[in-house]
Amino acid sequence: MIWDFDFMRRALLAAALVGLIAPLIGVFLVQRRLALLGDGMGHVALTGVGLAFLLGTAPIPTAMATAALGAFLIEFIRYRSRTAGDVALALLFYGGIAGGVLFASLAPGRASSSLNSYLFGSLSTVASGDLWALGALVVTVLLVLLFFGRELFAVSLDPDIAQVQGIKVRAMSTLMAILAAIVVVVGMRVVGLLLVSAIMIVPVAAAQQVTRSFRATAALAVVIGVIASVTGLVGSFYVEAPPGPAIVIIALACFAILAIVAVPIRRRRREHS
Amino acid sequence: MNDTVISIERLCVEFDGAHVLEDVNVDIQAGDVIALLGPNGSGKSTLIRAILGLQPVDHGRITLFGTPLRRFKQWQRIALVPQRLPGASSIPVSVWETVLSGAISPRTRWRPFSRTEKNAAVQALHDVDLWDRRHSRLDTLSGGQQRRVLVARALASNADVILMDEPTAGLDAANVTALARLLGELKARGRTIIVVTHEIDAIESLVTRAIVLAPDAHHSVQYDGPPPVPNSFAHDHHHHHDAVIDDSPPVIGMES
Repeated sequence: MIWDFDFMRRALLAAALVGLIAPLIGVFLVQRRLALLGDGMGHVALTGVGLAFLLGTAPIPTAMATAALGAFLIEFIRYRSRTAGDVALALLFYGGIAGGVLFASLAPGRASSSLNSYLFGSLSTVASGDLWALGALVVTVLLVLLFFGRELFAVSLDPDIAQVQGIKVRAMSTLMAILAAIVVVVGMRVVGLLLVSAIMIVPVAAAQQVTRSFRATAALAVVIGVIASVTGLVGSFYVEAPPGPAIVIIALACFAILAIVAVPIRRRRREHS
Repeated sequence: MNDTVISIERLCVEFDGAHVLEDVNVDIQAGDVIALLGPNGSGKSTLIRAILGLQPVDHGRITLFGTPLRRFKQWQRIALVPQRLPGASSIPVSVWETVLSGAISPRTRWRPFSRTEKNAAVQALHDVDLWDRRHSRLDTLSGGQQRRVLVARALASNADVILMDEPTAGLDAANVTALARLLGELKARGRTIIVVTHEIDAIESLVTRAIVLAPDAHHSVQYDGPPPVPNSFAHDHHHHHDAVIDDSPPVIGMES
């Protein structure tokens, strides 16, 4: 059974962690209409991975550093320059991919072929040391949400009112981007950098079709996120495919199922009110 | 009751070199109920945003509760009722969550909401008569009900001063009446209220002071005194209001 393999136990744990925190951040991103921010982070982190190959450093901290840098960059471009938000993101997409592939090809050995496992995830690349790093990142995200979650919620509801309530809107936006960067790094090994953003966004999009509150949306999205991550990972083991695409396909299936379920639910609620 | 809560001195705001507000001098006392009137483009919303620090100011001085705006920290004493919440349409947000969000601030960061804060939100929902809808998605309510939720949100913050941006715009007669009744209750509780509006009629009996901004900026404040607004200004104002309704349907939110 798959439990007999050490690497699968580690991968399953890592997948569950991603499924848990990715939607918790995604719910804020979707509300702020920044659904593509995670993709931007993922692409930037790819440059970090390429850089790690080239310099021989550990991929997780290097990717974390570049993604965090990308987070600041994105907020800076959004506020300071006249570049529109979507163009700013596009610039990061291109720069991130180009940098990642370029650095990886300059690196010695078979770096560019192992880059593939960072793009779409891999079952066998979660080392036991990685798990501790991932765990620490997940705990950090949960603590930040515990203390700053309400302020992040207020900012995503209306930045102007949030400012009138004394909330530091710029600081919260940057915090949001950094949290997204952390999720990207947590997810890069299992889901892969090109699809990790999907596990932030798709469960939220699925859940919000049937929920009536922000809290319920976040909770249901986490359930969907964990189910998709774990079953996708197990499925990919049996069909011998990279886990990222399998996880995302299952999350999308959840979206489709809830889209169908939502129709009678909404009708019943309308009749009640 | 003669404490000055908001003081505006020689305020100027420019957009692309054109003066939107010029030499505005207004002192607002605790307990005032102010109707801020004027045609579109006269800078009503700009003035409100400047008071709240949302609009950069070119000249002049704004003081809140005796503290210059730049150093003002007691934001729990002021609340804004916007026309709508931009983020409420992308993800479900319940009526209860919206109202309780009025109590969010950096001061509550390290603790859960207190009993007092939750009770204020409960009271606010009763005040606007939407307690029964507290579990509903905000975007399933009618426009008038949503506006009342946003008023409740401001009430939940327990602010002394409440600024409302066109609270009656787009509402039907029943909702306007309900809102006027609510304003009356807030006035009785001693809140200071500033209402940006095109239609003073519904709330005129409550208003202690009307401030009319001029369409051109040479004398930005055209009238500042008790209602009714003298005919010469009122006529101007009503005339322009009608014209706007005829010419350009999206009156709401044009001035931000």
